[in-house]
Amino acid sequence: MLKGIDLVVEPHEVVCLIGASGSGKSTLLKCVNLTEPVGSGRIVVEGEEITASHVDVNRVRRKIGIVFQAFNLFPHMTVLQNITLAPREVLKLDRKTAEGRALELLERFGLLDKRDEYPDRLSGGQQQRVAIVRALAMRPSVMLLDEVTSALDPELVAEVLSVIKELADEGMTMLIATHEMGFARDIADRVCFLDAGRILEQGPPEQIFTSPEHARTRQFLQRIIAAGRL
Amino acid sequence: MTTRGTGPADKLEPSPGPGRGSKMLGGRAVLVSSVSTVLFFAVIAAIVVLAPGSEVVAERFFDPFHLRQSFLGTESEPSVAAAFLLNVYIFAISEVLILILALVIAVVRGIPGPVFFPFRMVAIAYTDLFRGIPLILVLYIIGFGVPGLGLGVVSYLSDVTYGIIALVLVYSAYVAEVYRAGIESVHESQNAAARSLGLSRWQSLRFVVLPQAVRRVIPPLLNDFIGLQKDTALVSVLGSIEAARAAQIYGASQFNYASYVVAALLFVLITIPLARFTDRLIARDKRRRQAGAVA
Repeated sequence: MLKGIDLVVEPHEVVCLIGASGSGKSTLLKCVNLTEPVGSGRIVVEGEEITASHVDVNRVRRKIGIVFQAFNLFPHMTVLQNITLAPREVLKLDRKTAEGRALELLERFGLLDKRDEYPDRLSGGQQQRVAIVRALAMRPSVMLLDEVTSALDPELVAEVLSVIKELADEGMTMLIATHEMGFARDIADRVCFLDAGRILEQGPPEQIFTSPEHARTRQFLQRIIAAGRL
Repeated sequence: MTTRGTGPADKLEPSPGPGRGSKMLGGRAVLVSSVSTVLFFAVIAAIVVLAPGSEVVAERFFDPFHLRQSFLGTESEPSVAAAFLLNVYIFAISEVLILILALVIAVVRGIPGPVFFPFRMVAIAYTDLFRGIPLILVLYIIGFGVPGLGLGVVSYLSDVTYGIIALVLVYSAYVAEVYRAGIESVHESQNAAARSLGLSRWQSLRFVVLPQAVRRVIPPLLNDFIGLQKDTALVSVLGSIEAARAAQIYGASQFNYASYVVAALLFVLITIPLARFTDRLIARDKRRRQAGAVA
């Protein structure tokens, strides 16, 4: 599926991946957290080659946070339990510490009153924000966001985007696959346009959105504009 | 406008409606269902009373004296009620063991990786074998065959123990498949989310997948429980005096079959609460299960 990706992301950089469905955005993100098998090539995170054999996959995944389009909260657990599960079982934090961390994050993002609710009682936007908090509770070095607003009702999108913006402003290294072009232009340090499993073009958002080099990029952006999404 | 019913309907509050599909309103629905019920049972009663041989049936199966005596037991015949306690005992122990063994088999069957291939094969062979052999044959093999081997302590266990072993072996095969269906019904994205947080395969199974899987299969699990309750009667082939066997002993010596009715009633009485409990659990779990995971 991916035909050759050459990508470097600097610490604290926000890189947005744009492109049509099937262009490889999700696949690329899933390769980075080793969910998708990597056929050939290397992935290096914080100086460590995570695609080498004998690498402990579970350990690597602790420092890479990922949030999916379908929020994938655990329905049989409350919001608080969802967030504290991994810190307690993987990071071996005791319950008080884990809950303290979780409550602090929930409060920051305005979800404190939902801590004892089950996911089915939350709106899509709230669930997605909880999913982001769940990933953040592991204190990852990099956050991967895979079209996290695509499944949301339009009026719920803004609350999730503001959370992401806050993370970016705080210096979190982020790789974001998104259809929200306006958001990408606003938040990204760099935009990569993917097409058929390759990065066709990459550069600062102003360059990509106003004067793209490749015809295919122009075609994609024209369609987005025609659909009123930019 | 509401019409008032006659008979039992007088004492009832008019119901909102007998069911979702009904188009009748309150009082009228009560009238119709009351009349229907009365007619229905009147016809049944007429058939029962007027059928040829009904007097003999009443005497042989429903005679109050024998109903009571078989329930309590006599000097020479065992009490069906007391014998039923053995069924309950066998059921209680077997059920716990089955739930554990079946879970082990189901989990082993799902372990990926080439090194675990033989384990997966054994799990599959186990379920095939013990779902294929009739329970009564397994009882014979375990209950008569093993003692006949004279192999140390294993050959000198009680009939009841052999019975429990046979029940556990057979039912674990069925319940393992129920667990497996539950595990496979939990969407892979749940496991993916758990693994992405850094949880290991076992942690994901234990904290995320299995809790959801087990909740989902509670109805078929309880269904198997109900079957197990009844199959405890088969342990009698090994000689134990459980309720059905006690009923048979009474029936053979007294030439009255009220004991069978007593035994049947005891089985039914213990099964009905479980069936209603199952219904409640299904309803409650359905409400809970509008999950946040859109998958």
